[in-house]
Order: sequence, then C-alpha cells, then structure tokens
Amino acid sequence: MNNPNWPIFAIFGLGVVLTLGVGFYCVMVTRNLIRALIGLEVLTKAVTLLLVLCGYVAGRMALAQTLAITLIVVEVAVMVVAVSLFLGIFRRTGSIRSTDIQNLKG
Amino acid sequence: MRSLLILLPLAGLILLNLPGGLLAGLALPAVAALAIFEIVLAVYLPTAAFPALEQVQQLLHLSTPLDSLARVLLLSIGIVMLASLLVLHATVKAQRRRFNVANVLLISLMGMNGVVLVHDLFSLYVFLEVTSVASFVLIASSGEDTGLEGAFKYLVLSAVATVLMLSGVAMMFLFAGSTDFSAVAAALQNNSGQLLLKIAIGTFGCGLLIKGGLVPFHGWLPDAYQSAPAAISVLLAGVVTKVSGIYALFRLGISVVGLQTFSPVLLAVGALSMVVGALLALRQNSLKRLLAYSSVSQVGYIVLGLGCAGMGGPAGKLGLAAAIFHLFNHTIFKTLLFVNSAALEQRTGTSDMSVMGGLGSRMPITSTSSAIAALSIAGIPPLSGFWSKLLLIIALWQAGLYAYASLAVFVSVLTLAYMLTVQRRVFFGKCREDLLSAREASGGIVLVEAALALVIIGVGVLMPYVMNSFLLPLKGGF
Amino acid sequence: MNALDVVLVAALVVSATMTVMTARLLRAVIGLAITSAILTMIMFRLAAPIAGVFELSVCAGLIPAIFISAIGLTRRLAAEELPARQQERLRRFWPLPVLLVLAIIVLTQWPLPIGLPDSQGPEPVTDLSTLLWNARPADLLAQVALLLGGAFAVVMLVKNVGREHE
Repeated sequence: MNNPNWPIFAIFGLGVVLTLGVGFYCVMVTRNLIRALIGLEVLTKAVTLLLVLCGYVAGRMALAQTLAITLIVVEVAVMVVAVSLFLGIFRRTGSIRSTDIQNLKG
Repeated sequence: MRSLLILLPLAGLILLNLPGGLLAGLALPAVAALAIFEIVLAVYLPTAAFPALEQVQQLLHLSTPLDSLARVLLLSIGIVMLASLLVLHATVKAQRRRFNVANVLLISLMGMNGVVLVHDLFSLYVFLEVTSVASFVLIASSGEDTGLEGAFKYLVLSAVATVLMLSGVAMMFLFAGSTDFSAVAAALQNNSGQLLLKIAIGTFGCGLLIKGGLVPFHGWLPDAYQSAPAAISVLLAGVVTKVSGIYALFRLGISVVGLQTFSPVLLAVGALSMVVGALLALRQNSLKRLLAYSSVSQVGYIVLGLGCAGMGGPAGKLGLAAAIFHLFNHTIFKTLLFVNSAALEQRTGTSDMSVMGGLGSRMPITSTSSAIAALSIAGIPPLSGFWSKLLLIIALWQAGLYAYASLAVFVSVLTLAYMLTVQRRVFFGKCREDLLSAREASGGIVLVEAALALVIIGVGVLMPYVMNSFLLPLKGGF
Repeated sequence: MNALDVVLVAALVVSATMTVMTARLLRAVIGLAITSAILTMIMFRLAAPIAGVFELSVCAGLIPAIFISAIGLTRRLAAEELPARQQERLRRFWPLPVLLVLAIIVLTQWPLPIGLPDSQGPEPVTDLSTLLWNARPADLLAQVALLLGGAFAVVMLVKNVGREHE
C-alpha cells in the first residue's frame, strides 16, 4: 500500500467492482433481450475502465490506450451481431422477452 | 509460413467479395484449399522459408517455434474445416447461403489459427472474439428460430466469459507491464504471493471454462450444438469449443501460469464434467443433444489429463501427452459422429432418435462409421480412443490419483452405455415403416465418414508408430 | 485522489444502476450513453485522452444509435401490459441498490491485502500510433476480420429474414 497510486487504484477499483456487479446482476435477472445487451455493455465499460486503470498504475498508458481502443472495436462488432440476432428473433417470434422464446429444452 | 494461416483467409475474404462478383464462385473451393494447406503445414512443417515470407513472419511477431500442441491443433482445425465444408456442400444447396457461410467460415478459420499462433494474452482474446463472432453468425445462418435463439444465448454467455477473461488480463497487465506470455509468466514468478494475481488467474480461468463448456458452465453448449445447422455443428463440436476453451487452458497452464497452481481445480472440474456430461447424455432423445453432452463429458477427460499434468514428474508428462492425444482423437470421432448426424438429418429430416430405427440396412456406411466412432469414444481396443483413455488412466494411477482413475473407468462404461443406446435406437433391428425409403447419404458426406473412420482405425492399429512419432516428442517437448 | 475522483466514480455507478433499472428501454439506452460520457471523463482524468475520444464517439454515439434503431423496429408494448410488466421488473431489480450499498460498506471497511507492483521503469514505446499500427499488427488484422464478420451478420440475418411476423 506504499505505492503513491494506491488511492487512485482504490477508488477507481471500487468503481470497477460495483459496475461489474451492476452489469452481472442485470444480465442474470432480466428477461428482456435488449436489456441483456445493455447489461453486457455496462460490463464492457467496467472492463475498459479496469484496463485503463491498470495501465495508469503500471505506467503503460500508450499500451493501455491501444488495448482499450481494440476492445471498443471488438465490442462494436459483437454488438452489431447481437442486434442482428435480436432483430431476426423479433421478426420471427414477435417477442423480445426471453421467456417467450424457450423453444430449446432438455 | 505460419503467418499465411492468418493472412490467407483474410485475403481470400477480401478477394471473394470484390465488387462484380467475379470470384464469388470460388468460395467453397477457396476454403477447401486453405484447409488442405493447413493440414499439410501442420504435418510437414517446412523449416525453410522464402525471404519475403520471413519478413511477413517478423511482421506478425510469430517467430517463436511451434510446439507440438499447436501443431496438433492446426491439424485438427484443417481436418474439421474440410469435413464441415463437405457437409455444407451436401446439405445446403442455395447459392447465396453457401457463399455467405463459406465467407464466415473463412473468418472462423482465421480466428482459430490466430488463437493457436499468437504469443500475447490480449491478442489471444481478440482472436477468440473473431472465432466467437464467426460462430454466432454461423449458428444463426439457417435463419430458423432455434438457430437465432441458440446463437443469442451463446453470445450472451460468451460475452460474460470475455469480461471475466479481460479482467484477468488487465490485472496481469498491471503487474507485467505488457500482455506478452513471457512477460506475464515472469511477473507471475516474481510476484507469486499477490492477491490480485490470484484473482486474475481465477477470473481468467473461469472465463475459459465458460468458453470451453465445462461444468458448471456448460449450459449454453447443448442448445448451441443442437440448434446449429448440420455443417456448423460439425465445426463447433470438432474444433471451435476446443480451440476456444481447451487450447487456451493448455496454453495458459503451460506457457503462463504453470500447471501446479491450479491442478486441483482442473482435476475437480474435469471429473465433474466427465460424470455430469455422461449422465445427462443417457437421458437424451435428440441425437445432437446427446452428442453435445457427450462432448462435455469427453472434454472433462482432457481437462482431467491436464490436471494430472500439473502433478509433475513422469506421471505428469504422461498425463499431458494423453490429454493432447485425447484432444486429437476426440476431434476425429466427435466430428465423425456429427457428420453421421448430418447424414441422418439429410435422409430422415430429423435428429429425434425416438422416430428412428433399423436404418443399418439402409445406410451402411453411416452405420458402420458410427459404430466405429462409438466404440472408439467408449474406449474399446484397438481403436484410437482406447489408447488415449488407457494412457490417461495409467497417468492418473501413477500420479496416485486412484479415485480419479476409477472415476474415469466408470465414466467409460457410461459412455459405452449411451453410445450403444444410440446404435440400437438408430441403426439396429428392422427398418421402420416410415423410413423404408431412406437411402445412404450423399457422396460428400459418405467420403468424410469413410475417411474419418479410417483415421480412427489407423491411429488405433498403428499405435506403435504413433507412439514414436507423435507422443514421445510431445512428452519431451515440455 | 481528490474529491473529483470520488464524484466521477459515484456518478458512474449511479448512472449504470439507473440505466439498468429504468422502465423504458429508450431511457436505458440514453442512460448507457450518459454512462459512457462519464467513463470518457474518467479516461481523460487517467491520462487516456485518445481512448476517451474513441469511447465517446463509439459507445456514446454509435452503439446507442444502433440500439435505438433496433428498438424502433419493434412494436410498442400494448398499453394494458405495461403496469404489470413494470411491477414485475421492479420486483426483480430492487435488490440491486441494496446489494451495491452493502458492497460499498464491506469493501471500504475490510482491508484487503492488495499490493501494487513497484514502478516498472519507463514505457518502451510511448507513441500510440506506432503501437497501434506497427507493434500489434495481428490485432489489427483481427479487427478487420471482426468488422467483416459484423457486416456478414447484418447481410445474413437482417436482410433475408422476411417480414413474416408483421
């Protein structure tokens, strides 16, 4: 705890943990497909913050920013696919609640 | 040479989509050519490279020599991609869809190759995402409800796994200042007591277990395998889950963390997956679902071997070799089983075993190859599965893990039980009335079935040769 | 650390919670954009300006736009169902603020043995553009593949699925 960056790490670290909690809770509890995607977005934000924070404390900001930018691009691609799937599901079943699409059982 | 495995699929992707549709007809042959190229590369591993290619190699930072694990995986990827392509050719006739699926197969190929070839934790994550995104699209490619839903569920779980993995990477990055394997390994050595690093390994590991479909995170796997179209189930079961979860675990253990630390966890997770997968497989009516649970079980064997490797010593080396050998064998026989399922679906229109029966006389090649795969997966000599399971059990016994060894034997019996059930329900006996018109599957599928069955028999019978050329170098290589 | 940091973190967590708990999906998407904006501010504070700009334009701009157009394509919930759905949702989500407060109390009071590494020396490559284009080319190729994958997803899944349900 002697590292001068400790207070910064502590406060932003706490923020990361809480945001991760919010995201996980949302993904686990929601029945609405779009809200599940929003939960995933919140989780991604938390991880981006964690990445930048670790880079700050380690003194590797250029690398941390590169990784964060790559992460954002990956996230966009995944979200585009997710929304495409969502639109496909909606058009075929007319519902956006996961309880109405439980065709897979066993 | 290796960098071509990443560059060529991408180049192919761009060329195939040039405006004007000039090269569009070459989509399937292009994928086939790349898959064959990969098989050849994995087996022969040319050491001399052209000067221009050397430059490219340096460019992608892939110069570290390939170890045996990577070679086995590249070989598996090539074989399964080819099999999947032939099944695609036989089952999907619409030109538009064929073209699209072939393109996304290229993306998947590039992703998997990338996962196997990189030396950096973050790059590993990025290529895993490439593979996953390709998988989501492929699972949904049939346009059916079940496909879309299976893909969506898989996406959500995969994204959660990604978040866990990245959290681990970020914390390791904190201590290592870089995400390169060697830098992280050094940092882990120097800072071994740190709580944050232990949490980092834990979260990264959990993320990998989810991606690999191990108990208790296997929930998405049966749905995804069942709802995917036939050719894609072949690809998923054959390599995608292995590359994503299992290979990454191996790589983490061997090159970054050191297997001793999480050996007990691996043993427990492996054993649990083995047992739960087999028990759940016994209850299934849908062939694809049964095979999905069977995959969970067999991957449990592989992880058990990895856990044994962490015990160190000669038993540990044997365990590692057995695990990698079983990885390869499972790829072959699970692919064959899914190709059989594709054949059945092509001719009967369903995967529901309760409406099948007595197809043995109508579909001789499918039935024979299915029987061979079933016996191999259950561990009957002299087929390939027998040897890998035997080596695994010997390794466990030598390492003093008697309980796990006995469990492995017990689950083999369960495996035999459910596979025989499949044979009996689908192939044996008199042919049902409504299935009298069924014929053998089309040429491409039959070719794949025959080829894979021959590989299973070959690897099993030629075991001494395999032992010398394949396994002993594996043992020495770590 | 100063008061600004505490305010930023608090704002982030609060806006994330409200995004997740709010009734209307459109409000949730706007909440997502606001959360991204707060994250951008945090990134500026942590000396990551370029990443911050990316975050702002993509996650506070592009992604909410995608979500809003997707939501716009779905039909509005029938008026009768709305109150019942809202109540059901609230019932499932109310533990969240409680859990968060508990987590704050536990984490701030209980000293975890977390150590940080000593200083690692100066960064070998400080130029972001060199890193992005030269040092990590494999990542770059992977991103190209990902974007192509996204394009194929749209082509295969959205265009071809007919308007069967309408």
